[in-house]
Amino acid sequence: MQTGEPNVVAMAGFAIFIGLSLVITWFAARRTRSTEHFYAAGRSISAIQNGLALAGDYMSAASFLGIAGLVALSGFDGLIYSIGFLVGWPVVMCLIAEPLRNLGKFTFSDVVAFRLRQEPVRVAAAAGSLAVVAFYLIAQMVGAGNLIRLLFGLSYETAVVIVGMVMLAYVLFGGMIATTWVQIVKAVLLLLGAFLLAMMVLMKFSFNPLALFAEASRLYGVGVLAPGRLVSDPVDAISLGLALMFGTAGLPHILMRFYTVPDARTARVSVAYATAAIGGFYLLTFILGFGAMVLVGQPAIRAVDAGGNMAAPLLAEVVGGQAFLGFIAAVAFATILAVVAGLTLAGAAALSHDIYVHVFRHSRATEKEQLLVARGATILLAVFSIVLGIAFKGQNVAYMVGLAFAIAASANFPALLLSMFWRPFTTRGAQMSILFGTAATLILIWLSPTIQMDLLGNKTAYFPYRNPGLFTIPLSFIVGIVTSLLAPETAATEGFARLEHQIHLGEEEPA
Amino acid sequence: MSDTQMRLTRVAAARWRLSMLLTAIMTVVYVGFILLIAFNKPLLATVLMPGLSLGILLGVLVIITAWALILVYVKWTNDHYDRAVADSQLARREGR
Repeated sequence: MQTGEPNVVAMAGFAIFIGLSLVITWFAARRTRSTEHFYAAGRSISAIQNGLALAGDYMSAASFLGIAGLVALSGFDGLIYSIGFLVGWPVVMCLIAEPLRNLGKFTFSDVVAFRLRQEPVRVAAAAGSLAVVAFYLIAQMVGAGNLIRLLFGLSYETAVVIVGMVMLAYVLFGGMIATTWVQIVKAVLLLLGAFLLAMMVLMKFSFNPLALFAEASRLYGVGVLAPGRLVSDPVDAISLGLALMFGTAGLPHILMRFYTVPDARTARVSVAYATAAIGGFYLLTFILGFGAMVLVGQPAIRAVDAGGNMAAPLLAEVVGGQAFLGFIAAVAFATILAVVAGLTLAGAAALSHDIYVHVFRHSRATEKEQLLVARGATILLAVFSIVLGIAFKGQNVAYMVGLAFAIAASANFPALLLSMFWRPFTTRGAQMSILFGTAATLILIWLSPTIQMDLLGNKTAYFPYRNPGLFTIPLSFIVGIVTSLLAPETAATEGFARLEHQIHLGEEEPA
Repeated sequence: MSDTQMRLTRVAAARWRLSMLLTAIMTVVYVGFILLIAFNKPLLATVLMPGLSLGILLGVLVIITAWALILVYVKWTNDHYDRAVADSQLARREGR
């Protein structure tokens, strides 16, 4: 594979995807007339559509290219990541999806603020959302720039600007309707691409994955089937695991998707579809990783990209030639665009629906004004992501996705859960829990070896672990609970009956 | 409190217990898997048959567990919870 050489099929596939998605956006724009359309696709998305869109939001280029690369270079260790990304979904299903759908309107802050004082809670919850969105967005943008440079030969800056502009078009004009359909198209393409690639690999091993794994262990030693260096410190491993598991239930762009369906039952069934799609995808990724290890070879993968990110595209070239490589490259691009659009919409909702409408305008903004501000926030976030994407060029941003998950698990998840299920929870408790969770995560990551030793080149780090979740998640719960118990809030406690009623029946209690 | 409302309260409590149970199972299974990786790498390296180590088998089983838990939850809520909610909504509309 000639990296940086434009591939005709890749360019064509990429152009077709952009064209198709802009047509979707055009149709969506004609239907986007209210905030209900802009943020929640008119609550008209079906279970299977939302399941695919959730999968589309969740399966980033990092999980496709990154995990395939990790498996190709280190075997079993890649599986640890795939599993971590999947086990959060039963948590989302059991604790979050249905109550969220029944209690809120557009953002998860709606739920936290349901029976608490609107303004302080909204500011805190929006801050938690924006922190997660910002780190996730930067990681995706930098990944996009690198990837597109390798796949298409465009310069890093050009790639970042293109991604930013196309994503802006989706969200600005088509809102949630366009974003959802782009996600669905992308999820289907990604699943199809991974499936075809895996089948082409397995064809060479008479459709027996074990024959593939056996060949890998013959070539690279039986160690590739066993845990290696990735999990060296048990505390760090558990800590990362908890952040992945509970972080999923605190990702604003995932939570927002539950408002796009008509009712709680649809929300529930959509999680089942999403989990089936995501789990299947990760199992396929595992085949792709070992396929690349055996059919491409580790030296050839490392030669193109030391991190292994090109393992899946290289494999596509080996088993399917230039045309298939082009297809997979176009799918990878589509993947990045869709995830970035979902994140931007979630960020715009936090800025406009939570901060502007509820805090600055005290819930008195007109529909037209709200849409205008939402679109303004979208432009702001697109510019922000392009500028930061370029500013972070050349940085290793892998830890940023981990950081986003750690903040989501430590700041958003505890407050969301306590607000829905713990009667004595108070405004101050929610505020403190979210702010503490965000600040503690940021500080501990700053003091960790990832920043102090790897990035700043110091010899030691102040905090020994790379993943703070094991400490920050329980502490954030404790802060929320203790603060609430110290100063009870009568109105919040009394509102709990109203909340319970609406969680189950999905409608307000009659006066 | 009417019968339908009491039934909804009961079913809601049962759903909450099921949610906690399933979340706990997932946490134990997953954290257990990570702990095995952290503390007993040689065990997971055991090759059961050519190409299949215990680690890979357990990893795939964790994914299957997640699927199974989701199915149990969806089945139960579709069968029990939704009916109680629908009855309760109906009763309220008729009572009005």
